[in-house]
Amino acid sequence: MTEWSLDILLVIALLVTATSVLWSRDLFRGVVFFIAFGLLMALAWVRLRAPDVALAEAAIGAGLTGVLLLDAARHLSNDESQGEDGKEKKP
Amino acid sequence: MTRVLAILTVTAVCFAFLSGLVYSIWQIGATTTPVDLPALLAGNLDDSGVENPVTAVLLNFRSYDTLLEIGVLVIAGIAGISVAKTSSLEDPELRTSDELLYALQRWLVPLTLLLAGYLLWAGSDRPGGAFQAGAVLAASGVLMRLGGIPMDFLRPGLMLRLGLSLGFSVFLLVAVASALSGSRFLAYPPEMARTLIVAIETVLTLSIAMVLLALFVSAPINNAEEPEEGGS
Amino acid sequence: MTPFLLYALAGAALCSIGLFGFILISHLLRKLLAFNLMGSGVFLVMVGLAQHRSGPDPVPQALVLTGIVVAIAATALAVVLIRRYYHLSGKTSLEDPAQNPPPAPGPRQAREAPHE
Repeated sequence: MTEWSLDILLVIALLVTATSVLWSRDLFRGVVFFIAFGLLMALAWVRLRAPDVALAEAAIGAGLTGVLLLDAARHLSNDESQGEDGKEKKP
Repeated sequence: MTRVLAILTVTAVCFAFLSGLVYSIWQIGATTTPVDLPALLAGNLDDSGVENPVTAVLLNFRSYDTLLEIGVLVIAGIAGISVAKTSSLEDPELRTSDELLYALQRWLVPLTLLLAGYLLWAGSDRPGGAFQAGAVLAASGVLMRLGGIPMDFLRPGLMLRLGLSLGFSVFLLVAVASALSGSRFLAYPPEMARTLIVAIETVLTLSIAMVLLALFVSAPINNAEEPEEGGS
Repeated sequence: MTPFLLYALAGAALCSIGLFGFILISHLLRKLLAFNLMGSGVFLVMVGLAQHRSGPDPVPQALVLTGIVVAIAATALAVVLIRRYYHLSGKTSLEDPAQNPPPAPGPRQAREAPHE
């Protein structure tokens, strides 16, 4: 029963972070939730007994995607509401 | 009004999609498999030349997939570089530098390089392999970039082209050589299988890291162009 | 029912969440995130469903491993394209030009205007 509860908790956490990625307040938060989602996915791969995939997901999901998307979000996030007033963006 | 209608429609579509997916997963899960793939794999693992089943699948049993996959990666890397408007991926003005990051990465970069080497070396008999090692190597490259360490191999020239295409070309060379020497395309001779797999994994690691690093580095167009816009 | 099947069902739910967000959200970077969520859902369905039937199975795991690397490469390429699009048009969402007034000048046009 304990291992089932771990799996169920992990699945709930995955779904909650996935929802937060899409509907959080600002883009920065969304990206941070996406990094958290990647780490939870790595845990899910461990639970699925796929250590190779877990290693790749941890290195890529947490490391590379994080840096890439945070950098992009910093440049794009100031005009998230309508996407029309981008010229006021501070560099 | 139309917005609400659109949201309702999309919700209905997604719900139908979800229920169809769950129903088919449930149905497929209830059936039994006609062929036992893991047992088949375990029976043939000795012929593959490596002990880690995932590496055996990736680089021996289904190596055609991996060959095409590294081809896709190289194309993505070339597309990313050509979309980037900077003339060179390595430009002193593009470098950020942060004192704290610089101090930190003097410890971190050797460690990540070591980790990438270990993952590559471990790939043949325990979890690890070219993809993980390539990702870690690319991460250490990104770290070097952020800390302002010059990376001359990213300048346009022989090193960049070689780094991007090395994995694909060596893989293809092995495939064609095995086809020419009498056996089938990508069927390694059994006595050389392990050597060939390790060699291919090494060049794959380099190429994957290079592609990911090039894609990462070609992203910041905004930074690059804001100071001197009129010239381009 | 095994834990593997639970993960496959969670993958189906992730796919639906991703699809919903992909259609409804207009911001391009969030669309990209939604697309990535869909991809993760597909990976979970692949591995979970295969392992539910026959125990730990390296074949779908290897396919998912290549899939993850291709997904990050595609994401990075999409980020390059989105930033380029933003740089040229000043917008972060795709809209039908027939319905909307012409967009405000982007960073590039706003900077170039004084020269002309």
